[in-house]
Amino acid sequence: MHSGIIYSAAQGLREVLMSLVGIPIIVDIIMTIICASILLVIMATSALVFTLGERKICAFIQVRIGPNRVGPGGLLQSVADMLKLMDKEDIVPKGIDKWLWVLSPILLLVPSALIYAFFPFDDGVILADVNVGLFLLIAITSQTVLPFLMGGYASNSKYSLIGGMRTVAQMLGYEVPMVFALMGIVMLTGSLKMSAIVEAQSNVWFIVLQPLAFLIYIVTALVESNRPPFNLVEGESEIIAGPFTEYTGMRWALFFLAEFSNLMCIGILTTTLFLGGWHGPDFLPGFCWFWIKTFICVLFYQWVGWTFPRLRIDTMLSFGWKVLLPVALINVLLTGVGIYIYNIM
Amino acid sequence: MAQTEKYVLNMGPQHPSTHGVLQVQVELDGEKIVGAKPVMGYLHRGIEKLMESRTYAQCVPYTDRLDYVSAMNNNLGFCMAVEKLAAIEVPERAEYIRVICAELNRIASHHVFIGSLTNDLGSATGMIYAFRDREKILDLFNIICGARMTAHYIRIGGVAADAQEEFLRGAQEFIDYVPAMLDEYDRIFTGNEIFQARMQGTSIITRETALKHGMSGPNIRASGVDYDIRKIDKYGAYGKFDFEIPVGKQGDNWDRYIVRLKEIQQSANIIQQALDNMPEGPVMAKVPKVLRPPKGDAYHRVENTRGELGFYIVSDGSTKPYRVHIRRPSFVNLQALDGMCQGMLLADAVTAFATIDPLMGEVDC
Repeated sequence: MHSGIIYSAAQGLREVLMSLVGIPIIVDIIMTIICASILLVIMATSALVFTLGERKICAFIQVRIGPNRVGPGGLLQSVADMLKLMDKEDIVPKGIDKWLWVLSPILLLVPSALIYAFFPFDDGVILADVNVGLFLLIAITSQTVLPFLMGGYASNSKYSLIGGMRTVAQMLGYEVPMVFALMGIVMLTGSLKMSAIVEAQSNVWFIVLQPLAFLIYIVTALVESNRPPFNLVEGESEIIAGPFTEYTGMRWALFFLAEFSNLMCIGILTTTLFLGGWHGPDFLPGFCWFWIKTFICVLFYQWVGWTFPRLRIDTMLSFGWKVLLPVALINVLLTGVGIYIYNIM
Repeated sequence: MAQTEKYVLNMGPQHPSTHGVLQVQVELDGEKIVGAKPVMGYLHRGIEKLMESRTYAQCVPYTDRLDYVSAMNNNLGFCMAVEKLAAIEVPERAEYIRVICAELNRIASHHVFIGSLTNDLGSATGMIYAFRDREKILDLFNIICGARMTAHYIRIGGVAADAQEEFLRGAQEFIDYVPAMLDEYDRIFTGNEIFQARMQGTSIITRETALKHGMSGPNIRASGVDYDIRKIDKYGAYGKFDFEIPVGKQGDNWDRYIVRLKEIQQSANIIQQALDNMPEGPVMAKVPKVLRPPKGDAYHRVENTRGELGFYIVSDGSTKPYRVHIRRPSFVNLQALDGMCQGMLLADAVTAFATIDPLMGEVDC
């Protein structure tokens, strides 16, 4: 059976609710709502924390000090930023496709929030441990392309349109190698269930067994979340801000929130799929290990992002199709051969 | 086959990568550039005309505003043209100080080049590193004349004030720092694979095109033409120093970057020699309070950071110039933009623009 503080707490809460309400399905619904709210709070606060973290880390890399005026050591900077964004004028440009334009930032947040349901934060702590967890995760994350394209198309701006088209091109080019890279993990685990994938890493992490897949995943994850050096969608020196050029204030803040949420998602996914998830030495509880690893991953992605210049669209696409995809396929082959040899021995 | 239409994208005058207020009308086929037409004039202040109603000494600060990241070189060009017109002999120490300032400013200007280039390539980190080092030079200018960018330090007949011991020591410290600085740049950008992939073989200006456009400065040298006014005219004290002119091979973005990196090295070399052989003496010639150059005209050209900067001054014998014409290198160099961009991708237009390194203050004048 599962162990861990969060699992026990949830179990206790369920028992209390059960004694109060008595009908299992209503208890389930209440539990789900509580979990979902907690996850949303985590997502929102993490965006605030990561904005500050990103700015501090980027400042460190760029031999600067970074925000240090608002609050002790600049801790309240992201709060101030958020207030500023709320205060901004909501500019709606002329000649836009109103519905698509308004929906784009909102729809972008949906997949970013939705995937938190499939993350195993600790032993047994996962909102929806479905049989096709990994498959659903990939399916949902690939939905982010649509809001980008919507925003790009609806903004009635050429910069936005170019950005939107770039999103589609790079999603096509990088989604495929990513799926094939993750195939290796599925082959080793024999399941698409997220908890099973973490369970399979209790002895040895998949980064050891799947180094190639790990490297491919890092690259594709950066593309997936529009992080530099693959932030062509918003390449600010060419197309200003891509699909969200025409957005201001809170609408823009939603894009921003989604971006940081995605950054954390790829950190969590890297942890879950390759770094053993919540597994770790016993002196710390599982969820601590999970967050430590996640933060290290996020730090790594930020480090990469602030060091490299941006790729050009043609080099990037040819790299995806001509290098990453064959390597991912070879990885699948090697994994298959490895499993076969392991089984005979 | 799907039918696609060409469209025109207005880059600028408000765009993050136009280094000022240039508008480029880029005609695009998808992301491929068919043509790029620079539209100028957004920063036109009528400096040539303004100079006609100012005395010669009052004209000098206007030159600061031409190419505002290498003000010293502009001061130098204008002052030397007036000195030629009025036959003023400049003391030797002043000539040396002028060379030190001009070369320091060349390095500072190349810092801006490296910074904006890396920023345009999507690496804001590069910009900060280049600007950090540029700050050291600006602080030196602050010591010597109280201004960081618009120096107005080089005056007609010499320089405004003698270089302090503090400035000379600071300049020496900076020169000692240059090798470490260049090494750091090599590790941050020059060696970076993405950086190389985006720079090498893109936006080539052939030797012929460069000559045909009348380009000058690092841009034409990157195309393999050994053309440097400092060597050709040996104006001021430049004849006394031993330095090389770095030349590129094929004139792509990469060459234009490398040539500038090597120029930083050569500038440091010149400053070192000037510091070592600095003569004693006055720093200002005997220039009358009210300068009335004899009737006539004079043209003087200097090697600005961006190329051949020429001042043509016509005097009618009064205290004010009758006509001033400025040959601005950025304006001439910018004409190559269209050819550089054709057949490239949108992202390359930004790189091409950054490697020509035009300064809108100078283009529009």
